[in-house]
Amino acid sequence: MSKLPGLDKLSIGCVAPPGMSVLNKTGAWRTNRPVFKHVTCIGCRACELVCPEGCVFENPGAKHTVEKLKREMPNRDFDLDYCKGCGMCAAECPVQDIDMVPEVR
Amino acid sequence: MSKKEILEGAMAVAHAVARCRPDVVAAYPITPQTHISEELSTIIADGELDAEFVKVESEFGAASVVLGASAAGARAYTATSSQGLMLMAEVLWNIAGMRLPVVLACANRSVSAPLSIWCDHQDAESIRDCGVIQIYAEDAQESVDQHIIAFKVAEDRRVLLPMMVNLDGFLLTHVFEPVELPDQEPVDKFLGKFEALYKLDVDNPMSFGCFTEPDKCMEGRWMIHDAQLRSLAVIEEVSANFAKAFGRNSGGLLEEYKSKDAETVLVAKGSICGTIKDVIDELRDKGQKVGLVRVKTFRPFPRQALVKALSGAKRIAVIEKGGSFGSGGIMTPDIKDALYDTSARIPVSGFCVQLGGREITADGIKEIVARVSKGEQVAYEYFGLKPALLPDLVPVD
Repeated sequence: MSKLPGLDKLSIGCVAPPGMSVLNKTGAWRTNRPVFKHVTCIGCRACELVCPEGCVFENPGAKHTVEKLKREMPNRDFDLDYCKGCGMCAAECPVQDIDMVPEVR
Repeated sequence: MSKKEILEGAMAVAHAVARCRPDVVAAYPITPQTHISEELSTIIADGELDAEFVKVESEFGAASVVLGASAAGARAYTATSSQGLMLMAEVLWNIAGMRLPVVLACANRSVSAPLSIWCDHQDAESIRDCGVIQIYAEDAQESVDQHIIAFKVAEDRRVLLPMMVNLDGFLLTHVFEPVELPDQEPVDKFLGKFEALYKLDVDNPMSFGCFTEPDKCMEGRWMIHDAQLRSLAVIEEVSANFAKAFGRNSGGLLEEYKSKDAETVLVAKGSICGTIKDVIDELRDKGQKVGLVRVKTFRPFPRQALVKALSGAKRIAVIEKGGSFGSGGIMTPDIKDALYDTSARIPVSGFCVQLGGREITADGIKEIVARVSKGEQVAYEYFGLKPALLPDLVPVD
């Protein structure tokens, strides 16, 4: 079996080693960006569960206080390298803590 | 030594394929292909061929199995017809794009609707552009030999494309003819072992036919086009080697039959060429300079060879068993295209015959020759159409 050419070239049959999709920053497809307000988030993780791309993660260092609960909750954030802006997180958030903001360049 | 036997075309093809020692065969029954896969499954079940016969739920499944098998480094084969080929179409584009040397047979049959099980070339021609190399046999012997040639060409590192052997449904698949089946040893020697360029391997994983963004996709496509064009020389080379090893000139791009000095040259492919040759012999005896250029390799299109073979003609009639609704022929515009860049302005006529297995007789061919020889030129005509069968073309309530 032959060796694949380097990553700067296509191979015959467009054959590639695993992990190539990581190099493809699909966040460029986005027209609307999700933004956490970090005001009402109760940490239910619905956004994480519905994200089809696994782009919602807990931001370990940051916390916010939820007025209603009088409690500190860990912040969540988005991996904007791969988030395509589908808006499912914002639509499913039970406390409307996510805004979808148009990408303007 | 191999000897001549009287065999049914499809049976002969099955035994020829078995001698090519495919590792995987996957097929779904469809008339008139069924005898090929049926016989292969028997050969495998009887232990005469060490191969996996995968029973599938459809032709989409059959094509997908041979795709996977080929990607895993196996020599893989399938056969189909008509609707089955339509169902394979999506996968065939992938097999070509992934550059997998799958060999398949198409027992050419009309595509529905109207429903017809008989022969024409519209099935194969409708996947003309997907990257699969297409060759056409004239008789059972060529159907046998072209399969062996197909594996050799497809697996050549300069090519690495799927290759489809076309044999006319019923006219070749179900007809008993004298056939010489090559012995196992010379086929083994001719083909060698298939070594995949890349293959699926759990210890060294890779993906085939990967996603490309617009900045790379065109180059992936160009490589298919380039490999198709390069396969022209490989088909000629492999066919010459086949002729040396087996003594038969079954491959190649074209056959020129009494066309060198011919004024009227017919162009056709497949089994109809047998009838055409008979007509040419008869007309030659009467002093008419008529010849045939038989297209054996349809894709890649043998442009240069055709220009060379046709540029001496005074007039050309393309006789095809297919066409493009709303445009005209498939081969007729191809031939015109090839000749456009030459200085000769040869009138080219196109005749569509035998759709859905309509009989074409020697008299029909003679009529076409007579008409074009008298100077008639037709862009594209459904030859032998029966106007009496047609209803009012704009229905009235």
